[in-house]
Amino acid sequence: MNLSLLILLPLLTALLILLSKNLAQIRFIGLAGSLAQLGAAGWLLKLFMDQRAAGNTATYLFETNTVWFKALNINYHIGIDGIALAMILLSALVVVAGILVSWTMEKLSKEYFFLLVLLSMGAYGFFISLDLFTLFFFLEVAVIPKFLLIGIWGSGKKENSAMKLALMLMAGSALVFVGLMGIYYNTHSFDMVQIGQMGISLGIQKFFFPFLFLGFGIFAALFPFHTWVPDGHASAPTAASMFLAGISMKLGGYGCLRMAALMPDAAHSYSWIIILLATIAIIYGAFATMMQTDLKYINAYSSISHCGFVILGIGMLNKTSINGAVIQMVSHGLMTALFFAAIGMIYSRTHTRMVAQLGGLLKVMPFISSVFVIAGLCSLGLPGFSGFVAEMTVFMGAWQNPDGFYRIATIISAASIVVTAVYILRATGKTIMGPISDEHALLGDATWNEKFAAGLLIVGILIIGLAPFLINQLIMPATDFLMINIDKAITLK
Amino acid sequence: MLSNIFILLRQELILSLLIFLLLFIKIGKERSNETVLNIINILLFVNLPAGLFGMSEGGAFNGMFTTNAFIVLEKNILNLAILLISMQSYAWLKHHKQVAEFYLLIFTSLLGMFFMISSDNLLMFYLGLEMSTIPLAAAANFDLAKRKSSEAAMKLILSSAFSSGILLMGISFLYGTSGTLSFDVLTAHIGNDPMQLFAFILLVSGFAFKISAVPFHLWTADVYEGSPVAVTAFLSVVSKAAVLFTFTSILYKVYTPIASVWYGVLVVLSVATILIGNLFAIRQDNFKRFLAFSSIAQVGFILIGISGSSQAGSASLVYFVLIYVFSNLAAFGVVTVVSALTGKENISDFKGFYKTNPFLSWVLAIALFSLAGVPPTAGFFGKLFLMMAGAAKENYGLITFAALNMVISFFYYLKVVKAIFMEENEQPIQKLSVPGVTKLAMYICVAGIIITGLASLVYDYIYSLSIGL
Repeated sequence: MNLSLLILLPLLTALLILLSKNLAQIRFIGLAGSLAQLGAAGWLLKLFMDQRAAGNTATYLFETNTVWFKALNINYHIGIDGIALAMILLSALVVVAGILVSWTMEKLSKEYFFLLVLLSMGAYGFFISLDLFTLFFFLEVAVIPKFLLIGIWGSGKKENSAMKLALMLMAGSALVFVGLMGIYYNTHSFDMVQIGQMGISLGIQKFFFPFLFLGFGIFAALFPFHTWVPDGHASAPTAASMFLAGISMKLGGYGCLRMAALMPDAAHSYSWIIILLATIAIIYGAFATMMQTDLKYINAYSSISHCGFVILGIGMLNKTSINGAVIQMVSHGLMTALFFAAIGMIYSRTHTRMVAQLGGLLKVMPFISSVFVIAGLCSLGLPGFSGFVAEMTVFMGAWQNPDGFYRIATIISAASIVVTAVYILRATGKTIMGPISDEHALLGDATWNEKFAAGLLIVGILIIGLAPFLINQLIMPATDFLMINIDKAITLK
Repeated sequence: MLSNIFILLRQELILSLLIFLLLFIKIGKERSNETVLNIINILLFVNLPAGLFGMSEGGAFNGMFTTNAFIVLEKNILNLAILLISMQSYAWLKHHKQVAEFYLLIFTSLLGMFFMISSDNLLMFYLGLEMSTIPLAAAANFDLAKRKSSEAAMKLILSSAFSSGILLMGISFLYGTSGTLSFDVLTAHIGNDPMQLFAFILLVSGFAFKISAVPFHLWTADVYEGSPVAVTAFLSVVSKAAVLFTFTSILYKVYTPIASVWYGVLVVLSVATILIGNLFAIRQDNFKRFLAFSSIAQVGFILIGISGSSQAGSASLVYFVLIYVFSNLAAFGVVTVVSALTGKENISDFKGFYKTNPFLSWVLAIALFSLAGVPPTAGFFGKLFLMMAGAAKENYGLITFAALNMVISFFYYLKVVKAIFMEENEQPIQKLSVPGVTKLAMYICVAGIIITGLASLVYDYIYSLSIGL
């Protein structure tokens, strides 16, 4: 299968949306397009597994390499390994769910769906890129849609949040750009595969790794550059929140992972800083969540905490922990998208997101409430859901690091789960249980599109939670390969 | 031999013919403005392919004039810019009394620029420069009833005269120390002699005035604000591009022996230019002043590209200018239309613009995204390639500075987008009917913004023609 299809499908969908005449057409095209993406991603998974089963051990499958800017040695080099494929599947699921959740969007609906689809195109392009320049290109493609989505369709102080988000993400890209220049002028290539084989000299790695890691880290809400997350998520319309937390933040995590694999020596020598920042993010995010009264802020701050686990897993630099980081990315993407979807559904009915004003929703909207509970339980890491598998793997990997500092960081991070349980159970209890206020007593339950969207995401969560070997089977060969370089770097020390 | 000259100078000759034609139109029978405008636009359009065929390498006038494929391409980019400006000023010129005169001035100025770009001798260069500046001052005065317009003209002519004086002083010192003005011979005489370095500084100051690099930018904002929008567009795109082309070719051709000196000068200039341009752009409310300061910042980025002093350096300059033509003229096009039809020129007037004029809003937004350097617009590639060319010197402090300044510029461009799409206005600009020609120009600009970047063959073509140090 030609991977460019993953870029062309959204592009085509976006163009068709521009040409469509009324809301019904727009919805239909949007849904059909996103289902086609999901179909393509599923088909890709099948082909990928077939190839692996047939004994194809190449690191990247479905590779194509076309010259783009010849004079500058920039190539359109695409290909996927298991990790990228996991991300693509995650994106496809979230996109379908996001489109379904926005079914009732009527304000400037054409522009809205156009931008949503454009955003997903950026994500797919990012995950299939093997060339650092195209990677960077797609990373930035997604910034403007986010800005417009939040600024036009958002709520609250939306303009400020949109501006803050756009500027911080641009600052992240600026750092990434400097790092890329450093790599380019020392290896004369943007090709990740090539650079990985050549290796980068130690001095260069040490100088430019911080640029790249911090740059991508801003996208992944790395402490102390997480401040765009709460406002951005809280102001965004539901589908945009889902995309932001479910897909966009994963761009950062994925980028950090690739950079760590590309510059293993630097990653190893800076790993204590990475761990430190990740641990702070985990703890700080968890405690900050406890203080929140707005459901969206609760989920946004808990996202900071959960993305901290991704960074922690990467920083620990061993096979188990990196596996855990990848699973955590997928799991958090699904879980947080589900959470935002549930919050959006509640908000569209009750017109409030304040925990204090809600209560007893289980009586009138049993489906939505159950979704809410499932998302919450997944978030606090209950066995059977994906969150447990992911966090457990990260902790197991982290504990393999015998050094005292790493042990302490691991213990502190693990302790945050208790805090998570507190805020999740409190929020769930207050919104769903207890007496219901009179004005909410006559509200209806989820509609077909909302049920479909939630169902999709829940299926994803359960598959990972109940059969973790499936996703392990997918990503294990890829992490094995990443570890070759990393192990080499660590044993050299 | 004679026919050779005709082919080598074909772009200049066509332009001269156009100027004479305008004179005939003027003395002929009375014609409506629409007819004149249509004739001119068609002729300008026909003029474009002239650069594409025929022999293009050679010199004329005893080594005064030189041309090659790269120079022809540069002139063609300017031709394209003139065409776009002309198409976009349709609404403004339709009701103007002196249409033919306006074009006379603009064309004469362009002719001067052509000779300046093609110059192979400092005398020829100076001649072209003056020929391009003086008509511009008259054109800046073309909002005949506005006092600000004549103020702008006055400021432009005074500051240009001043900078020309400095430039001339530099040229005369150079002549005094080397005994020649021809580029080919000069190179051998350039050295670290203090007198020559002083001459070089004077020369650079003269250039910096024309491209409004900080600290020689003070005239820019007032002149841009006072001039009619079409002239502002011309000043900020065409005139700057022409001087930048010449500046680069002089640096790369003549000043090769002291490359390390001018690298330092360029770094200082670009840092100051980017920072000051950005900081002042944030505070502007008048759209023309806003674009003026943002264009100052853009020049700073261009200087970084030039400082790379490689083949990629000059290629990225021309590539960026081509993209800049599309994106800046798209922005100016919208401002021209709005200003001609409503008289409003402030950014705050554009609040809620999207509700009434979705088409113009998208054109403006895409143009601003391209100016800010956001993918998938061409501005992303243009700015990145400039910085890549600059990074070849491995001066990562400079690159980090520039990259972070892109964030600042992103802020003020997004502020305009925010006003257009997200903010409310009690008295929004009403629905405007855009003339067909202008709409076509905007389509060309948007197509250019999207295609020039993604289609790599544009860059590859420019790269194949360009020369390094």
